[in-house]
Amino acid sequence: MKDKLREIREEAMKKIEAAKDLDALNEIKIGVLGKKGDLTQVLKSMKDVAPEDRPKVGQMVNDTRAAIEEKLESVRKEIANKIREEKMKNEVIDVTLPGTHKLIGHRHPNQIALEDLERVFVGMGYEIVEGPEVEYDHYNFELLNIPANHPAKDEQDTFYINKEILLRTQTSPVQARVMEDKVREAKETNSKMKPIRIIAPGRVFRSDEVDATHSPSFHQVEGLVIDKNITFADLKGTLQQFAQEFFGPETKIKLRPHHFPFTEPSAEVDVSCFKCGGKGCRMCKGSGWIEILGCGMVHPKVLTDCGIDPEEYSGFAFGIGLERVALLKYEIDDMRLLYENDVRFLNQF
Amino acid sequence: MNTPISWLKAYVPDLDVPVEDFVDAITLSGSHVESYEKKDKNLEKIVVGKLLKIEPHPDADKLVICQVDIGAEAPIQIVTGAHNMKEGDLVPTVLDGGRVAGGHDGGPLPENGIKIKKGKLRGIDSYGMMCAIEELGADKNLYPEAPEDGLYIFPEDSGVEPGDDAIAALGLRDSVVEYEITSNRVDCFSIIGMAREAAATYGLAFKPPVVPDTTKGGDVDNYASVEVLDTDLCPRYCARVVKNLKIGPSPKWMRERLAAQGIRSINNLVDITNYVMEEYGQPMHAFDLDTLSGHKIVVKRAKDGDKFVTLDGQERTLDSGVLMICDGEKEVAIAGIMGGENSMVTDSISNLLFEAACFDGTNIRLASKRIGLRTDASSKFEKGLDPNLALEAINRACQLIEELGCGEVVDGVIDVYPNPVTPWELPFEPEKMNKLLGMEVPEAQMLEYFARLGLTYNKDTNSLTIPTYRQDLHCMADLAEEVARLYGYDKLPSTLPRGEATVGKKQFHMLVEDILREVAENNGFSGGMCYSFESPKVYDKLLIPEEDELRKAIVISNPLGEDFSIMRTISLNGMITSLSTNYNRRNKSARLYEIGNVYLPKALPLTELPDEVSMMTLGMYGEGDFFTLKGVLEEMFGKLGITKSFTYDPKGGYPYLHPGRQAAVKDGDTVIGYIGQLHPQVVENYDMKGEVYVAVIELPKVTALATFDRKYEGIAKFPASTRDLSMVMDKSIFVGQIEDIIRKNGGKLLESYQLFDVYEGEQVGAGKKSVAYSMTFRAKDRNLETDEVNTVTNKIIEGLKALGIELRS
Repeated sequence: MKDKLREIREEAMKKIEAAKDLDALNEIKIGVLGKKGDLTQVLKSMKDVAPEDRPKVGQMVNDTRAAIEEKLESVRKEIANKIREEKMKNEVIDVTLPGTHKLIGHRHPNQIALEDLERVFVGMGYEIVEGPEVEYDHYNFELLNIPANHPAKDEQDTFYINKEILLRTQTSPVQARVMEDKVREAKETNSKMKPIRIIAPGRVFRSDEVDATHSPSFHQVEGLVIDKNITFADLKGTLQQFAQEFFGPETKIKLRPHHFPFTEPSAEVDVSCFKCGGKGCRMCKGSGWIEILGCGMVHPKVLTDCGIDPEEYSGFAFGIGLERVALLKYEIDDMRLLYENDVRFLNQF
Repeated sequence: MNTPISWLKAYVPDLDVPVEDFVDAITLSGSHVESYEKKDKNLEKIVVGKLLKIEPHPDADKLVICQVDIGAEAPIQIVTGAHNMKEGDLVPTVLDGGRVAGGHDGGPLPENGIKIKKGKLRGIDSYGMMCAIEELGADKNLYPEAPEDGLYIFPEDSGVEPGDDAIAALGLRDSVVEYEITSNRVDCFSIIGMAREAAATYGLAFKPPVVPDTTKGGDVDNYASVEVLDTDLCPRYCARVVKNLKIGPSPKWMRERLAAQGIRSINNLVDITNYVMEEYGQPMHAFDLDTLSGHKIVVKRAKDGDKFVTLDGQERTLDSGVLMICDGEKEVAIAGIMGGENSMVTDSISNLLFEAACFDGTNIRLASKRIGLRTDASSKFEKGLDPNLALEAINRACQLIEELGCGEVVDGVIDVYPNPVTPWELPFEPEKMNKLLGMEVPEAQMLEYFARLGLTYNKDTNSLTIPTYRQDLHCMADLAEEVARLYGYDKLPSTLPRGEATVGKKQFHMLVEDILREVAENNGFSGGMCYSFESPKVYDKLLIPEEDELRKAIVISNPLGEDFSIMRTISLNGMITSLSTNYNRRNKSARLYEIGNVYLPKALPLTELPDEVSMMTLGMYGEGDFFTLKGVLEEMFGKLGITKSFTYDPKGGYPYLHPGRQAAVKDGDTVIGYIGQLHPQVVENYDMKGEVYVAVIELPKVTALATFDRKYEGIAKFPASTRDLSMVMDKSIFVGQIEDIIRKNGGKLLESYQLFDVYEGEQVGAGKKSVAYSMTFRAKDRNLETDEVNTVTNKIIEGLKALGIELRS
């Protein structure tokens, strides 16, 4: 019996070693371990074994079976690996072929610039608000210290609907609206006015013919901060921080005195050219600086007219030309492209 | 506004800085420099040379060999082709290694000029070049002594010596600076004003012209009289008389200064008025006293429809808003704008009446626009001049008349000035100014700045007296700006606002818009931007009926043209126009979206602000169909957390859409938008071909339904059962009706349903279609029994049968 088992085992091992594929292996398995297999036959002949020897023989049969099964498995793995290797050799792809793309749309460059800008100011604690595009003369001019007959009100600059209503020429009227709202809110709740920190992006209109650098409709982003003890130095610091966040950490700003009817003192602000870093290039016309916004301390008359006491509160305001920033940032040389919506243009952003 | 540095220096003698520094400094102190031009650009190593000897060239008939004394130990030899000089002449001479601005032909000047090097001309050494005025880049008109062709020869009385700087001798060591002056600084539209700014910027002494007072006494009233009837439009009128005029050329220094301002010299009289206009910023007018009827000036409004011929020979139509200068009988000038042909000064003039007046700026601006005539004078007046300037300027002009020997000024002035403007006081509040600025400028330094600007401090009242030329200074903030700009905005500290913290945020509807943009872009739609105004013709292009509400648009009273004349009430035109642009530029397909307002008046004509409704518009051609676009809308609503399903009503009746391929998107009875294929006629109207799909949703309505709240519901633990239904029906039945029944009859066990096939064709017969749905049933708490599922399915089938839908085997 012992010899028989060794014989079966050796025979099986030899065959397994020689097996070339999975089918052959299967055949061996059936031939040895199957119902009519050699080893099964041995088990069947157990009845001939003396009862006291049965456990020992049984153990031997199980060992033989385990050894054969183990061998079968290891060779099966080997063969399967080989087959997989072969298969993979035929599965080689040209990885230099282009990737497949889902059709994805693109955001308008103006919108991207706006979102970048909004992110910076939201991070600095500013709330984003909006105001009407068709606006009263009262908000667009009067409350901003631009009296009747001021040249800025000329028809050559402003689109009028009638004497009182016009297309806003700036986002500054939102300043006046926000101030009035806050004053009203404070009155209604019988509390102190809460500090104001807003930006107001939006579409504005001027009577300019369409060309490479002009559009009768464009966008501004207005900023307004009102609180106790707000200073001109705070305005400078705020714009410095904005410029570094928006244009890069190396950016410098330069304030130049200017005049706006609704701020005093007023300034125009240049940033160091973000293309050449201030060395002078075509973009900054060799000066190293690019003008990007106008700003100033809110004029006491504007505060007063909006119901805020300039002896108690002060504030600053600024206005950024969104297209100007977008055109410069993306080096777009013709403003008309922004309104044509040619997908070959939009796809670049 | 332009100023030559040399003219500023006349009043700020210590102003001795390179122009590069000057433009930066004056910009930082508030007068923004737009550009500047150095007149000595590319002029290097050019001295006065004296021709000692001129000899013929042995090998060239057209050349001569000159020995030139350049103030050095030995003369240099120069070969030239010029012939207009003789021995002893003094000429501008460029030395070896020097540079001139251009060629002698006077053509365009090369950017870097022309370098001059020693060399040989036909075998003879030449160590430099003698120059024509054109080679120095100078305006020939300013040098009448220069020959038509040939070298510039210094006049004998010019007092130059060999070796002198020829460029300085020719007055070319100068720069012209151009400023952008803000509208509040009327005083800076003059040389005097800019000189005052330059002096204040550098803290230097300001020395304006000293004008002797010849206005006292005299008998000017015997020569003329002035009557101002409309003092509201003419706050001040000064007149002086000059006798025995001698018209002739003005001196070179005056011609040069005028030329730098772009003003051509005419004669001494005209030049003086122009000169003083530049110098003081005050326009003046000269009348031939002998042609003024009654030797009288009357200032009054014109009458509507009056005609008047101005000195340019044009007939102008006037109205009662136009102020006129008249004599005893007739109109002789449009006040502040232009004189009349009938009173024009001619060379034969012998007695003159000088006018320096102050006219209401706004009225001049509006009148000049109505008449269609804007002049140098009107552009000065329209800024709103200081009335006190008039007398100063007229006295200065009279001083120049005498100095230039142009005539005899009659002592005394006729001055009609019923309400004189006097300097005003402002409190001096250094703490408040420092608090506003966030600075700590010492009091004494502030006072020093104010002194530079001509403001005087009164210690007793602790106030500042504001001179009348500073019409822009009226409150503490104005004075604070003066302090800040002279201190230097660049030295201002950078701080951040302190105080109560605020929360930065976007409004809810902006977050909704962000999501909509994202979904649109993920589906291939790119963001576009369209105009808010358009042509009323778009309604015809969009087949919108005559009486439709959409045609009630806000009209712009002064549009850029018909194409931009109404505020859009529908967002489609911009979208289709953009698609058409893409189509006609042969872009194979395009998908665009736009978020923008339409403007819906509450009533016309407008008495209150319109409703501005934000619309999201999607448009596409090329790949995709109705259902592509519908899928995008569904995805948007899903991302916005809108769980209720909107209905797609095919009976929206949108005239611009294909009648069989359109739907109103509805939430119950509320239309929140529409979707469809453009009507082929509309496609044709926009010069396109093929199928174009659009969808428009009203953002306020969608925003009201949107929510970012999400609640986790648990992932199903029990298996689902599915049932497929395949049915045949009339084509006229919409799947929306089938889905209504599936939803209604499916009850709680119905988890979802999915359309997986729609077929029309021979196999189902004419007028019929087959539709197949897969339905999924599931209970949250148990395994479903087959019977339960069958019961629900049968209920759905019964419902469908009631619609006349047959089940396919």
